[in-house]
Amino acid sequence: MRRMVTGGFPALLRKEVLRFWKVSFQTVAAPVLSAILFLVIFSHALARHVEAFPGVGYAQFLVPGLAMMSMLQNAFANASSSLIQSKITGNVVFILLAPLTPVDLFAAYLLAAIARAIVVGAGVILAVAWIVPLPFPNLLWLAAFAFAGAGILAALGIVAGIWAEKFDQLAAFQNFLVMPLTFLAGVFYSVDTLPPFWQAASHLNPFFYAIDGFRYAFFGQSDVPPWTSLAIASATLCALSWMTLRLLRSGYKLRH
Amino acid sequence: MAVPAVEVRDAAKRFGAVRALDGVSLTVEQGEFFALLGPNGAGKTTLISALGGLVRPDSGSLRVMGRDVGADYRDARRQLGIVPQEVVFDPFFTVRETLELQAGYFGLRGSRPWIDELLERLALAGKAGANMRALSGGMKRRVMVAQALVHRPPVIVLDEPTAGVDVELRQTLWQFIRELNAAGHTIVLTTHYLEEAQALCSRIAMMKAGRVVALGSTERLLADFSERVLRVKLENGGLPPALADGATRDAAGWHRIPVENAAQVESALARLRESGARVSHLEVAEPELEEVFVRIMGRGDAPAGAAVR
Repeated sequence: MRRMVTGGFPALLRKEVLRFWKVSFQTVAAPVLSAILFLVIFSHALARHVEAFPGVGYAQFLVPGLAMMSMLQNAFANASSSLIQSKITGNVVFILLAPLTPVDLFAAYLLAAIARAIVVGAGVILAVAWIVPLPFPNLLWLAAFAFAGAGILAALGIVAGIWAEKFDQLAAFQNFLVMPLTFLAGVFYSVDTLPPFWQAASHLNPFFYAIDGFRYAFFGQSDVPPWTSLAIASATLCALSWMTLRLLRSGYKLRH
Repeated sequence: MAVPAVEVRDAAKRFGAVRALDGVSLTVEQGEFFALLGPNGAGKTTLISALGGLVRPDSGSLRVMGRDVGADYRDARRQLGIVPQEVVFDPFFTVRETLELQAGYFGLRGSRPWIDELLERLALAGKAGANMRALSGGMKRRVMVAQALVHRPPVIVLDEPTAGVDVELRQTLWQFIRELNAAGHTIVLTTHYLEEAQALCSRIAMMKAGRVVALGSTERLLADFSERVLRVKLENGGLPPALADGATRDAAGWHRIPVENAAQVESALARLRESGARVSHLEVAEPELEEVFVRIMGRGDAPAGAAVR
């Protein structure tokens, strides 16, 4: 028998990607459909009233934000639901008994969640490209913000998945933290149009920078300079990653 | 001497007020077939979990093939295959995918021939492409056995592997495990079927309330805590005085006469004949692990207040 010993990370990443890919109707097609519905409804309802950026129609403005919102929500959902399902069904034991390091675990769950986010985000943009004409984006900015934004939510998803013991605890995390922060991150409007208080509040929301920067990749216009957004989003990702790794190292709620 | 397969020293673990492990020490040598017995809540599963890193002991040290399960956990886990007690599975995958992924977690590539052999030996070859959800309970358990063996660990721990497995498959499983043992793998098993432990295991540890209360070779334990007994039912009269010493009589009329060997059986029967007693029923009961177990668990030496997990 040919045996070659490497780390277990590639196998765990493969497992996590296969997990969502095998049910892609639910994990990819469904969020793409929701994003299209949002787009159709909001762009029809608001198109005549709003021009977010000069020269950018409302429907156009909406697409990158909706794509990013879907990416953020799906990155969170992937990491958190995979972990809590493994914990509740008990099959997390097979991962815990393997010689995987905390970094292996973190990287596999993070990257799989980012992968799902990118598939969903690409799906949203490609699905609406024939309804709403979009300029060809700057791919470097696009990739940087996709990675940072999805990474933040993936790390949060890992934390939530480790912490939650029941599905309703996870739902609370999702409904009271992730949903409000994504909706209030300037998906449907430019935060410059908000009253000063809400403008300031938006600037405290790290999700806002992911969405604003992602939009910059398409239009070259944004509420905040893109380097600032990238710095804040990256710093948030680093801080959350550090925290998540500490949690994994401690064995919190995984190893008793 | 070779490094022990499993070496536990003064392992302690509390869950709140419960002392799941209360200073456990034991050594399993390489190549042994070792049984870990005890009532539910004795700490067997906690001990096994601590070996696998699922539970972190409060104090003490645990080593697998000389590797510390805490400081050197990656190497320790490569030496160890654990079949957990609860039947668990990942419903997203087929049997083959489950095994390939598990091999991958151990960093192994090119495990296909071994996976094929495991599927064959555990009578799962026909189900390789089936989703885990579609399997019966016994099949799922056999997949778990395969998962624990996929990295060919020198030490294999089975936590009640035969619960809910039918007789025929139980035999298949034990035959396979015996072969692995003959090939040099160390086997540690917990089971509630004491006759299985007696038939398979050369050494036994009995746990109660987080402590090891008996540890020794199966033969030694049987000799110390159980005895061969001649049981007779008589048509007339009672036992002659020469046999009455040490004998007991139960409600059904069986006389129970302790004997050490076949010669004593003969002389006991001779004495019965001499006394004129007519024997209507007769049997010789061999020492049984169950009796050892009941006696050891009945001794009141467990630490007071140690609750059950």
